[in-house]
Amino acid sequence: MFRKLTLSAAIALGLSSGAALASGGTSHVEDFAFSFEGPFGSYDQMQLQRGLKIYTEVCSACHGLEHVRIGTLADEGGPHYGIDEVWDYAGQFEVWDPELADGEGDFRAATPADKFPGSSLSNAPDLSLMAKARAGFHGPYGLGINQIVKGMGGPEYIASLLSGYEEAPECAPEGFDGNYNTVFTAGGYPNECKDEHGNHLYPGSWIAMAQPLYGEDTEFDDGHSNDLHHEAQDVAAFLMWAAEPKLNARKEAGLTGVIFLIVLSVLLYMTNKRLWAPHKGKKRDEE
Amino acid sequence: MSGIPHDHYEPKTGAEKWLHSRLPVIGLLYDTLMIPTPKNLNWMWIWGIVLAFTLGLQIATGVVLVMHYTPHVDMAFASIEHIMRDVNGGHMIRYFHMNGASLFFVAVYAHIFRGLYYGSYKAPREVTWIIGMLMYLIMMGTAFMGYVLPWGQMSFHGTAVITGLFGAIPFIGESIQTWLLGASAVGQPALNRFFSLHYLLPFVLAGLTLVHIWAFHSTGNNNPTGVEVRRGSKEEAQKDTLPFWPYFVIKDLFALAVILVVFVAIVGFMPNYLGHPDNYIPANPLATPAHIVPEWYFLPFYAILRAFTADVWAVQFASFITAGIVDAKFFGVLAMFGAIAVMALAPWLDTSKVRSGRYRPMFKWWFALLVVDFFVLMWVGAQATTFPYDWISLIAATYWFSYFLVILPLLGVIEKPLAQPATIEEDFNAHYGNPAE
Amino acid sequence: MHPVSHQEEHQGTRRDFIYYATAGAGAVVTGAAVWPLVNQMNPSADVQAQASKRVDVSSVAAGTQLTVLWQGKPVFIRARTQEEIDAARAVELNALPDQNAENANLAADADASDENRALSEDGVWLVQMGVCTHLGCVPLGESGDFGGWYCPCHGSHYDTAGRIRKGPAPRNLDIPVAAFIDETTIQLG
Repeated sequence: MFRKLTLSAAIALGLSSGAALASGGTSHVEDFAFSFEGPFGSYDQMQLQRGLKIYTEVCSACHGLEHVRIGTLADEGGPHYGIDEVWDYAGQFEVWDPELADGEGDFRAATPADKFPGSSLSNAPDLSLMAKARAGFHGPYGLGINQIVKGMGGPEYIASLLSGYEEAPECAPEGFDGNYNTVFTAGGYPNECKDEHGNHLYPGSWIAMAQPLYGEDTEFDDGHSNDLHHEAQDVAAFLMWAAEPKLNARKEAGLTGVIFLIVLSVLLYMTNKRLWAPHKGKKRDEE
Repeated sequence: MSGIPHDHYEPKTGAEKWLHSRLPVIGLLYDTLMIPTPKNLNWMWIWGIVLAFTLGLQIATGVVLVMHYTPHVDMAFASIEHIMRDVNGGHMIRYFHMNGASLFFVAVYAHIFRGLYYGSYKAPREVTWIIGMLMYLIMMGTAFMGYVLPWGQMSFHGTAVITGLFGAIPFIGESIQTWLLGASAVGQPALNRFFSLHYLLPFVLAGLTLVHIWAFHSTGNNNPTGVEVRRGSKEEAQKDTLPFWPYFVIKDLFALAVILVVFVAIVGFMPNYLGHPDNYIPANPLATPAHIVPEWYFLPFYAILRAFTADVWAVQFASFITAGIVDAKFFGVLAMFGAIAVMALAPWLDTSKVRSGRYRPMFKWWFALLVVDFFVLMWVGAQATTFPYDWISLIAATYWFSYFLVILPLLGVIEKPLAQPATIEEDFNAHYGNPAE
Repeated sequence: MHPVSHQEEHQGTRRDFIYYATAGAGAVVTGAAVWPLVNQMNPSADVQAQASKRVDVSSVAAGTQLTVLWQGKPVFIRARTQEEIDAARAVELNALPDQNAENANLAADADASDENRALSEDGVWLVQMGVCTHLGCVPLGESGDFGGWYCPCHGSHYDTAGRIRKGPAPRNLDIPVAAFIDETTIQLG
């Protein structure tokens, strides 16, 4: 059972509400306000730095970020650390370098050109793309408009999940595998907590991951609040950056493109109008 | 080439004459570009240009992506992340390519429904229609294989499901499926060959595009009235038409620019909205996502595939008369391909003498219902197969077939069409006024 | 052009202006769309991230050389002995075939004096690309007629400051961008 649960936790965590519906579970994903929502939203540098601190001190004990190059921590639009700070940060990780020891390979301290280490626990999923792999709120009636209407996506899910641990309801048998979480829907669920139709009496399900954040897990240099709610939001923002580091650049490019094309559309409209004018008479009223 | 009389290219200078007598390429381009086009074409006639543009966009971005992509099960996912994170502008190029597929299908569905409403499939344009349907099939194949390449969870398990469709064919199905995959399951051989075909097929599409254009340039464009251009003399034809350049090129480019505003906004502000988040999880053969959903553009046909379960009497009947060879699974596959086949057969199923839906009072309503039906199928294709979705998909799928197999043949007999304008010029002037007045 | 009235002429100019503006805007948009397709072939960010490499030279004793791979090419990092330094400083500049320092850290016209070749002021550290300027072979250390490097491919002799002295190579061995960031660490690039 534990194996099965961890498997589903590790791999099938990212389920749309359609799947939640199918499993009979419910959950409430809170609509956090992130700085990077909307067409003009961008990452909050200080928030990403706080998120990195939480990631480094808590998450990285089990999880990895195998697709993220450490040097990108210095990128504009990201945490934007100085390059020397990034060299120092990279030095805490060890990587295998096959070029060392005359081609036999050896461990060495990581540099900004290396990637973050992968997960150290086999059932802890890599977090590089977690915020994009959990974006599936195809909410109301399967129309998938929550993402547009509320700007809800993966970061909301992650922040909600991290602050969604609660005391297990009393109906659950002693020693039921996993930890009760009101947001996670893909985990195990004891039969004792279902009514006679199989409906879940409590939201969420039991997740393999033990509660990682309790609030006041770390101190921030900028004096920002470190209660659970803020920590969850900060680390979710950092994971969004890890998944989509080019978000700021993308939105700028999109905005430029849209403005250019609107200008071109207006010009083409006028050209078209003039071109056709000699072939059209005075417009009659519709009969 | 065209049946519509018009001016042809005349080489003037010595160099032009020299080239023309050896390779009349300028003449070909001139005749293609200056082709007389019905001047009453409305805004539903812009999708062809949008499609041509999108094919170009997909080929250009695709060729570039291939420079950084690795078709290997261990490296494909990471190479996409390499494109998204490290390649200069790679994230934009990939998002354009990814959402370009959606633009392609928006345009192709609009283009097809335009043809269905205005009777563009009817004689003498059946060949244009059939080639178009062939292109649509190739497009679907290309899009499907492209979706496999990122090697995410949806790529992997979607491939398993779709190639499984071929496995439903009686007797030889399993051999076909194994042949498609190059193994008994989805893996490296499948990824590598899908990559190859995903690169090849767009060029086949480009070739068929030329044939498609050749075909309707031979018959002349259809138009919203369905009334043919007068061909008695050049002067007569000129009253009904204007040359493609510059009148329709500029008009189409304007429409394209407006569509691209929306497209670029989607790419820039919500590029993952139309994709499935599970495809950002690397493929794992050991765990199937709880909810396999194809991309939105396959959903209507996916809904038809799932609609016919063993409970449906038609399926039981088919199973009975074929002694069990056609089971529910195979019936579903037949229905899915049949749904496209009946569309391809529309030129021979539609018995009405009137081409344009504008002059067919009853047809209009059935057609509107077909459009609604299409969106219902698209929506229900993403839902679970439980009540009431199973009933909705069955009813919607049944209507799809009824429209082509029953309604189109019957309407031609029982419907009283409205009066059509005598000429395109008359229709155009009724809308825009007579410039001579 | 046909003769036209003033009003028509005015309209004609305005029409032309819109046509030109449209064509211009179209060209700009097309150019902006094509550029990323060209630029994507330039070195990607992960390749550029390899551009700087830090090398620990604490283990390099006088008279020995460390060869490291940097951006796919060998770099010679040598701690020279006093004899080597003296030999290099004794050479007259006008005896050199290439009198340019070929040092990326200095101005392009810096002369090829040993001071301009060495990384450290005391002249001990010499950091240079291990790529012969003739046809790109990797020269051998502590060999050749001048006690420096010798390229076995076509017989180019370099002295103890890595300057070409004899043979077909046109230039001194190139010196990459390099600097000490602390006492024992050299950063390349």
